[in-house]
Amino acid sequence: MTIQPTPEISDRELVARAKAGELDAFEALTNRYEQKVYSLALRMLRQEQDAEDVTQQAFLSAMQNLGGFRGDASFATWLLRIASHAALKVIRKRKGLPTVSLEEATEETDSYDTIPHPEYIADWRQSPEELVRRHETQRLLDDALANLDEKHRLVFLLRDVEGLSVKETAEALGLSEANTKVRLLRARLRLREQLTRTLGDPDRRVVRTPHEH
Amino acid sequence: MKCAELLAMLNEYVEGTVDPAICEEFEQHMAGCNPCQVVVDNIRQTITLYKEGKPYELPLQFRQRLHSVLRQRWKETHAEKP
Repeated sequence: MTIQPTPEISDRELVARAKAGELDAFEALTNRYEQKVYSLALRMLRQEQDAEDVTQQAFLSAMQNLGGFRGDASFATWLLRIASHAALKVIRKRKGLPTVSLEEATEETDSYDTIPHPEYIADWRQSPEELVRRHETQRLLDDALANLDEKHRLVFLLRDVEGLSVKETAEALGLSEANTKVRLLRARLRLREQLTRTLGDPDRRVVRTPHEH
Repeated sequence: MKCAELLAMLNEYVEGTVDPAICEEFEQHMAGCNPCQVVVDNIRQTITLYKEGKPYELPLQFRQRLHSVLRQRWKETHAEKP
């Protein structure tokens, strides 16, 4: 029996069938999520070979642990969590850090006092809905993301792109929640700044006048 | 509320987790401060754009290899049913 990866078959059903031993069901899940997993890995690692390794590891690990998947979270969340852990392992290995935390000993406490004020402020020329349909937007998004420091990029990817909570992001990265929040704010502001320089309407640029209200 | 204080609470505001009393102050500030209002809009749009972003395509060869590795492993770990 062949199962087409149609949206009519829910993840839940495919998971149940895969657990019952249907390879086709597992393949349908793979078809459904391989791009998401690969994209997350590539955005975290910025290196194709490593992203491929992590993608393969993530699906093998999902296959092996499927029996223990209870369905408390969605299959997608569960799988992306496996993938992000595998990617973080690669990052730690690159840095020669064998520990759980990315920067356990050296985690600097970041502060809100030094958050830079937005500089280029302007309404965007197009709505996000219009922008996502444009081919060149993705390139712009990827470039802006690639320009972030790794510590800011990882927090933004896990929290805002993958939708982990602040607590889950902090746990995954071995950071305090407070520091995770400051990094998230820095990442969001930096991305906003970069995107607005391209997407902002120069005619509707707002210049911040020095004021104290 | 000053612009800098608003900035420090931006995360909580766009996520809707800010305390209602502070939320009111936040909105009062924005009503009188166009730059802050635009920044908040921009931040929301930035997050939306990334959330809706397109995934990368898998390189074709890798995709074939991945599926063959997965099938192989499946067969090794799932005994043939008669």
